[in-house]
Amino acid sequence: MSALLLARIQFAFTIGFHFLFPAMTLGTALIILISETLYLIKKDEVYKKITNFLARLLGLIFVIGAATGITMEFSFGTNWSGYSRAVGDIFGPILAAEGVIAFFLESVFIGVLIFGRNKVSAKVYWVAALLVFIGGHLSAFWIVVANSWMQTPAGYAINEAGKIVLTSFTDTVFNPSTIIRFCHTVVASWMTCAIMVAGIAGYYVRQGLHGQTAKTMLKIGIILFALTPLLQLATGHIHAIEVINMQPEKAAALEGHFDTAKGVPLYLVGFVDEQKEKTYGIYAPKALSFLYNFDWNSEIKGLKDFPKENWPPVNLTFQAYHIMVGIGMLAIALGLLGAYLLWTKKIYEAKSYLLILPFLIPLPHIAHETGWIAAEVGRQPWIIYKLMKTANAASVVVTAGEIVFSLLMFFLIYLLLAIMFIMLFMKIVKNGPAV
Amino acid sequence: MENIQNYQILWFVLVLILFAGYALLDGFDLGIGALLPFIGKTKEEKDILINSIGPVWDGNEVWLITGGGALFAAFPHAYATAFSGFYLAMMLVLFALIFRAVSMEFRANDEERAFIWEKAFTVGSGLAALLFGVALGNVVYGVPLDNKMEFTGSFFTLLRPVPLLFGITGFAAVLLQGAAYAVMKTEGELQKRSFRAVSILLRVNLITAIAYFMTMAFTFPGLTSNWVFYVAILFTLLGLAGIFFSLKKENDSAPFWESSFSFIGLWLAVAAFHFPNLIKASNDQNLSITVFNSSTGLPTLKLMSVIAIIGMPVVIGYTIFVYRIFKGKTKVSDHY
Repeated sequence: MSALLLARIQFAFTIGFHFLFPAMTLGTALIILISETLYLIKKDEVYKKITNFLARLLGLIFVIGAATGITMEFSFGTNWSGYSRAVGDIFGPILAAEGVIAFFLESVFIGVLIFGRNKVSAKVYWVAALLVFIGGHLSAFWIVVANSWMQTPAGYAINEAGKIVLTSFTDTVFNPSTIIRFCHTVVASWMTCAIMVAGIAGYYVRQGLHGQTAKTMLKIGIILFALTPLLQLATGHIHAIEVINMQPEKAAALEGHFDTAKGVPLYLVGFVDEQKEKTYGIYAPKALSFLYNFDWNSEIKGLKDFPKENWPPVNLTFQAYHIMVGIGMLAIALGLLGAYLLWTKKIYEAKSYLLILPFLIPLPHIAHETGWIAAEVGRQPWIIYKLMKTANAASVVVTAGEIVFSLLMFFLIYLLLAIMFIMLFMKIVKNGPAV
Repeated sequence: MENIQNYQILWFVLVLILFAGYALLDGFDLGIGALLPFIGKTKEEKDILINSIGPVWDGNEVWLITGGGALFAAFPHAYATAFSGFYLAMMLVLFALIFRAVSMEFRANDEERAFIWEKAFTVGSGLAALLFGVALGNVVYGVPLDNKMEFTGSFFTLLRPVPLLFGITGFAAVLLQGAAYAVMKTEGELQKRSFRAVSILLRVNLITAIAYFMTMAFTFPGLTSNWVFYVAILFTLLGLAGIFFSLKKENDSAPFWESSFSFIGLWLAVAAFHFPNLIKASNDQNLSITVFNSSTGLPTLKLMSVIAIIGMPVVIGYTIFVYRIFKGKTKVSDHY
């Protein structure tokens, strides 16, 4: 295996693992903020118990996110030094801004959230919850800026020496895909924790544990579970249109769409035969054209309009995207069902619904992992869309043997982290909010 | 200040401040980690030591992340060369940092295996502290580079005596920083043991610091005529002397500041002889990566200056606010 491929596998593995945790952090910070705000208003101990419980989970989640996050910052230098040399002018300030403007805020105040309950007043504690929420989301914003710039670069010029230089940081930050990608990513994180909290509370309620605390948790969880997938449908829709406009090759790969045509179908499930350049499966006729601009006969570009060496791996992109969309649709249905049960006050006795809830916890994780695969694999062969190829970005001095070693170590260490995380997560859940 | 050279010099100073800030702040919690089994004997004592850094270590680590980001943004070639060139060493640093971070949380929640996580915490903290010094020693002492700014040595290039001395000196300074922090945050028997640790580490630091400054004076010609070098020595010696007198008076808060002061001296020495180099080429001085040949363009440096000058005072402000919340002696009930 080549050093380049190994470096790609290592990056995919380490970022795929890392992403699980910030996604949980953002959503947990949101629910803590909601419950702590309700505590401040209603002075009901139930909310305090919920916050304390979630703060314990957040401590576990955050530490693994922070530990595996350092890997990501190191990896631009260790494994992608070609990339780092080329884009320091633009990518560097984004990472530095993430540290100064966002991650400091989150990391400093998370200490107060986890350790400070008895050291500060309820109001200061609430401010800490707010600042952790803001810091976490700002942090996500800057990381999404970095990623979006690789998808739809803007605010740069190539100087006479052939170097990428900064011309407008505002354009760099608010490049065409930043805002919608940020919304889509953040709502994914909220949805992840809506389902996590609903799942945990569902388990408690079904077992008759933790009385009113569990019921209130379930209520907060279900309301968010009903809202976030719908919101995600909207952000997903806008994001998809942005991709069709800005990265038509990727959009075509997402749908396995080869020939430019009018009235393009939308596949629900399918398979792309990359040899024969054909897609098979169950589809809704003309639906993709309709979704693009509400015209059943609008034209959508196919992959064959682009040089074949610039195609991404089509089937992988297609499958990852469709798994994400499928989970999204399932989440909408189950979230609305939950809202209906809550509205009609049947939810606390809805044994089979409560039984399913905990098993839904992994679903949003699968959705955002496959979503990222679709977005990143779909951008290949570029590391920066139409500006730099992934093949030119890797470190030249790092050998395949060295990466085999580090990859193996990452695999073992992250496996250990995963086992410990699941075990301790279960333990904290088992101890529950009463302790 | 339109001249790009002014910004390049400014960013040399700012990157150095970020890394030195990291060394001082994460230094004390890495030091606590490395000293855990030597100062803390009972479970309760270990709980207190870990709780004393629990609310602050993650904020401290952001200094490293921001320092790395600043290096990337100001001098991408230095960042790219060091991180890719020292690949295996960087991976070891990373694994060490991962273990020291998660082991505190795992220890608190996983009582049956707490003793394993304590070991991981100690080894991770100690190894990270040692390797940072070795890495710094290498870029300062010089490594072989080619004309494309790529590192041409191997893992073993990194283990030469002078960089190793940097590693040991830094490691000793981190241990002293940790012990001095423990003195400030603990009481009773635990504090007595911490005082003893400070007293031993004071002697160790005196030896390592003298060895460090002497080696530098002999290794780097021209350094002895640089006044900053003498200021650096003065800082370190005054800091260490201060600890000596604070120990006599059993002052429990001064040693931490004095230890920090002494640590700053070690960093000042780096500033004195390293400028304008970022990574010195040992094979040919003309191949060195300097602030002038490796920086990003003027727009980026200006932008970064605005972010740093507005952002960092705010960061330092709320960091102080949070430290004040947790000031005073740490109790065992302060939860981890």
